[in-house]
Amino acid sequence: MAQIQPRKPRRRAARYAVPVAVAGVAAATVGLVPALASSGDPDLPEITAEELVAKVAASDVDQLSGTVRVKTDLGLPSLPGGSGGGNGGFGGGAGEGGDGVEGKAAQPDASPGKKLSELASGEHLLRFAADGPDKQRVSIMEDAAEYSLVHSGRDLWAYDSGSNAAWHAEAPEGAGHAGKHDGPAGPDAVTPQKAAKQLLKDLDSSTSVAVDGTAKVAGRDAYQLVVKPKGANDSTIESVRIAVDADKGLPLRFTVDPKKGGDPAIDVAYTKVDFGKPDASSFTFRPPKDAKVTEAKPDGDRRAPKGPGGLSGLELLGGSAGDWSTVATFDSGMPGGPGGGKSGGDKRADELLDNFTDKVKGDFGTGRVFSTRLVNALMTEDGQVYVGAVTKEGLVKAADEHVGAE
Amino acid sequence: MSRAEPVYDARSAPRVSPLWLLGLFRSELLVTFRRWRTLALLGVLAAVPVLVGVAVKVETSDGGSIGSGGGEGPAFISQVTNNGLFLVFTSLAATLPFFLPMAVGVVAGDAVAGEAGAGTLRYLLVAPAGRTRLLLAKLTTVVAFCLAATLTVAVAALLTGALLFPTGEVTLLSGTAVSFGEGLLRAGAIAVLVAAGLLGLAALGLFVSSLTNSGIAAMATTVGLLITVQILNAIPQLDAFHPYLFPHYWLSFADLLRDPVYWDDILKNLGLQALYTAVFGSAAWAAFTSRDVTA
Repeated sequence: MAQIQPRKPRRRAARYAVPVAVAGVAAATVGLVPALASSGDPDLPEITAEELVAKVAASDVDQLSGTVRVKTDLGLPSLPGGSGGGNGGFGGGAGEGGDGVEGKAAQPDASPGKKLSELASGEHLLRFAADGPDKQRVSIMEDAAEYSLVHSGRDLWAYDSGSNAAWHAEAPEGAGHAGKHDGPAGPDAVTPQKAAKQLLKDLDSSTSVAVDGTAKVAGRDAYQLVVKPKGANDSTIESVRIAVDADKGLPLRFTVDPKKGGDPAIDVAYTKVDFGKPDASSFTFRPPKDAKVTEAKPDGDRRAPKGPGGLSGLELLGGSAGDWSTVATFDSGMPGGPGGGKSGGDKRADELLDNFTDKVKGDFGTGRVFSTRLVNALMTEDGQVYVGAVTKEGLVKAADEHVGAE
Repeated sequence: MSRAEPVYDARSAPRVSPLWLLGLFRSELLVTFRRWRTLALLGVLAAVPVLVGVAVKVETSDGGSIGSGGGEGPAFISQVTNNGLFLVFTSLAATLPFFLPMAVGVVAGDAVAGEAGAGTLRYLLVAPAGRTRLLLAKLTTVVAFCLAATLTVAVAALLTGALLFPTGEVTLLSGTAVSFGEGLLRAGAIAVLVAAGLLGLAALGLFVSSLTNSGIAAMATTVGLLITVQILNAIPQLDAFHPYLFPHYWLSFADLLRDPVYWDDILKNLGLQALYTAVFGSAAWAAFTSRDVTA
């Protein structure tokens, strides 16, 4: 082992083979393991759609904890300062940029409405825990921060660790937090089997429901339920897929595929699920000493940010709400519409509007269509708004019929 | 180095006792930590938490909340006034993008190339330790520096935080509270995790260092690579590659503050660092053992 002499070049090449081999093995592992893991859907006994829906309805899972990935790609244009990005920031987040705080106003606001609307775009990781109807918890995991909603008894707490702000609401007696996994509401007298039968019968004219193979979600065997619009040519929805846990009857994954193809517009899936009793400490919340706590007004605006001009004048066109090509309409109370003909004047505003809306003409006059991958909205020049999960043509047709009927 | 150690003849060198390696490591450690440059780096790192702490204290002294309460600034900064312990996490999050890895890049980049440039490398190689062992001792020293740098930040932040802000029950990110002792434990684990996150860069620096005779060039290359990778990691169009960039999961240490702890990203980070260390460590070995040391 004399040290100072140079080595032969061949030897050098041989030694460099070691790191190359390590990198190669790693690359192969990264490439192959997911492919191997995802292959092979589980073998499960055959089941009819009716039995499967009944299984879901009969599901009485009230203790679970899990991680849910929510991916939404509605094709919304990303507006500056919006919450569309979500992934910027240096070093994956905080540091100089403080990424977890994007899109937050200067005032700390921990009320749920705003946070939940952030879920409408991008990819988010949620953690869910439930222990009976009285105790639930949802956390939205952000970079180096977390937004938690804790429901325990009559208390509903929201805590945003990014801005150290808390929000508190006390539910009136009896009103529970609308947990995501509460069974379908309805009188207990109806057995799940009956309910499933009834539901499928009701849907029969507009919707096809079928079992389409099996899948593995969050390491559990699941049946795939596929719900497709029947005869609704205008619908933008190709299909809705629900993966149902074969054992527990809990929906584990929910995807909405748009007709245009591509990635699902909505993809909500458990990545981990555990049916054990969650730690009791998960459901206790005390605001930290220094946190700014906002009390919700009694029976105040807990949910649902109100639409423009309120939704009191909401009207559904095209049959029952179960119909896939239903179009909702209401009067925005803004005659002239966004950049509608009469306002004229500002050319730049018109150009900006042209960038993300299309001009359309019909019996209703002219209007602009704002398109996303799933939902389209038409605003006419007299301020009437039509919204639906239908194509642009379907929207124009519905608007024509609506105007004609009046 | 290690003059006190007995001299082995060349053939018996591969079977030296582990103590010998320890001696080599000790001398490397002393050489590194006795440098003024190393001490200055650690001093700068220790100053960051003090600055952050004082700034938060001054801004909140009128009873207002930090960053007008909007959660601006480094991660966790709005919780610092709740609990001084959070200054540890804020400081680590603030130094992690550049300060900490830069210090590691400087030390790792200089490890071999600096000695080659100064002409001391060949004297080290005269000792019958073997190049592999010498490199191992260098790597261990750089790893020790990663840990020392992280702990410097953490301890300085802990002291500053305890002095300026209240301590006590710690509210985790998920809103659940744990005792101060457990919070301290988690802070310690986070410091170790942050140090482990720097391993990939340390191995990369050592590899660059074993390629050249100029310490400055090696340091500049390592820090330049760090900045380039950080920029790539911030470009959303490249997000398919992001999970393979070594800084991508650096901030996953925050997941240790969730309840229950979210391990996915932490494990990904450790795996990624292990992979970088294996690839660039063995590349450094290939370069160093087949290198023609003339200076």
